[in-house]
Amino acid sequence: MIEAALFQGLSWNPITDLQQLFAFQFMVNALEAGTIVAVMAGVTGWFMVLRKQTFAGHTLSVIAFPGAAAAGLAGLPVALGYFSFCGLGALALAGIAGSRRSLSAESAAIGSLQALALGLGFLFVSLYHGVLNGLDSLLFGTFLGITSRQVGVLLAVAVTAVTLVVVAARPLFFASVDADVARARGVPVALLGFGFLLVLGLSVAATSQITGALLVFALLVTPAATAHQLTSRAVLGIALSVAIALGVTWLGLALAYFSVYPVGFYVTSLSFAVYVGVRVGRFIARRRQDVALAPEPA
Amino acid sequence: MSQAGTAADIEARNAKETAVAFERAAVRMGGRTIWSDLSLSVARGEFVAILGPNGAGKSTLIKAVLGLLPLADGRASVLGRPPGEANDRIGYLPQRRNFDAGTRIRGVDIVKLGLDGARWGIPIPGLPSRARDAARVAEVIELVDATVYARKPIGELSGGEQQRLLIAQALVRRPELLVLDEPLDSLDLPNQAAVAALVRRICREENVAVLLVAHDINPILSYLDRVVYIAGGTAVEGSPEQVISSETLSRLYGAPIEVLRASDGRLVVVGQPEAPFVHGGRHSHD
Repeated sequence: MIEAALFQGLSWNPITDLQQLFAFQFMVNALEAGTIVAVMAGVTGWFMVLRKQTFAGHTLSVIAFPGAAAAGLAGLPVALGYFSFCGLGALALAGIAGSRRSLSAESAAIGSLQALALGLGFLFVSLYHGVLNGLDSLLFGTFLGITSRQVGVLLAVAVTAVTLVVVAARPLFFASVDADVARARGVPVALLGFGFLLVLGLSVAATSQITGALLVFALLVTPAATAHQLTSRAVLGIALSVAIALGVTWLGLALAYFSVYPVGFYVTSLSFAVYVGVRVGRFIARRRQDVALAPEPA
Repeated sequence: MSQAGTAADIEARNAKETAVAFERAAVRMGGRTIWSDLSLSVARGEFVAILGPNGAGKSTLIKAVLGLLPLADGRASVLGRPPGEANDRIGYLPQRRNFDAGTRIRGVDIVKLGLDGARWGIPIPGLPSRARDAARVAEVIELVDATVYARKPIGELSGGEQQRLLIAQALVRRPELLVLDEPLDSLDLPNQAAVAALVRRICREENVAVLLVAHDINPILSYLDRVVYIAGGTAVEGSPEQVISSETLSRLYGAPIEVLRASDGRLVVVGQPEAPFVHGGRHSHD
């Protein structure tokens, strides 16, 4: 019980508080995992928002839930469930997108998939007969009990995903904003769309392990959407998206450590606060600009 | 022997000067002939409009030029090669929807995609090629008079401003042929004329061949060198005066068509199954 003695609660001394944060291996693991996930979610999230695939991303996160529950039921590592189900989900989404139906038919098909995934997840959890008391953490995230091994897996996945996005950055950007012209220039638009969904599936699976399946958006969408609001420069936008995701993850983990509330709540609230702050700020800036540009009354 | 040599020389020079040549070409899709017996020749520095009613096969001709559709009959060469083999020397602007207001990407980045959007990997900062690329992007944006708003998010620009930036994107790699599919569609009449004037200027200054699909000839009439009119499963090529005439169009449609010239020079086509010129004509009666 030495560890219990180490935990002193918030001392309001920034240095001792920071030292506390790094005193426990589980907390170091959580911070490492959070950092890896935030970078990955920041990068892929920026492209997801650009490509207007937020709904597809949300569906992948819902698919992550039955994956984790099924893995728990089968006695397998939860991460395996997340990654395999998100991978399969990405394939299904790519199949739906590839069938070239109308946009409304596509979103209806995605929505049906989403409902099925939630239902399956609930079934798996019920089959587990409550022994799986981690339902809350599957849905809303936890930072407890992340092992060094898990951190290693997350790092490998993140390096793969970010490398793929970086290598394909310009064609992917081209295909995302201007698919017809990109296709005419020989950019493999369909292949990129498929590949991006797979990378998005990896990101969702990784992010789910920190924020839970339902709060993935706190890291995947909100920082990216905020970055799109802040700047129309692509590279700066990706950097901002990553920076915001990192900021809310670190702060969320620290707050969760020192309080009784779950990390998912803090990360979502913080990123939402940043988003609202930026929107309000932009609204005010715009109003000022309009006033400045308005012709003077005669 | 010398005769043959000269002929080859002429052919080579023609190939160099002729950007697009179609000879008695035909395209079939799903067993239906879209058009046949279509002949067309566009030289470098020439501005040619493709006209015709909806569904006549104007976009089909564009696809045939880009090699996206095979010819069922006849011969075609584009920039001296079979269609599709010289696409990297073609600037192509597809029929366009506007960027929606939420697209927060700078116009200058959209233009730059025309230059390096197909390249893999990320640009390495500090490389001389980057400065060269940036200079070319700035130059082409200046050419279309878009410098003032090129750094704004493209979704916040007007249709005409977006169209200029997209033309800049199509031009940025110094193409020898510019293919524009209905670039004037979403623009008001003054902007249609302004963009047509811009295309004509680029065509002359950069010695680019331009193929432009249009719905309404009147805003662009004074800038055109020649027109191709597609209707009734075939096409006629010639000067606007030759082609947009009662005689030619009646023959093309196989029905009596009357072309009237309003006092301000606008052409009004009367009696055609689907009348793309009506909206220019209506104004001339005001």
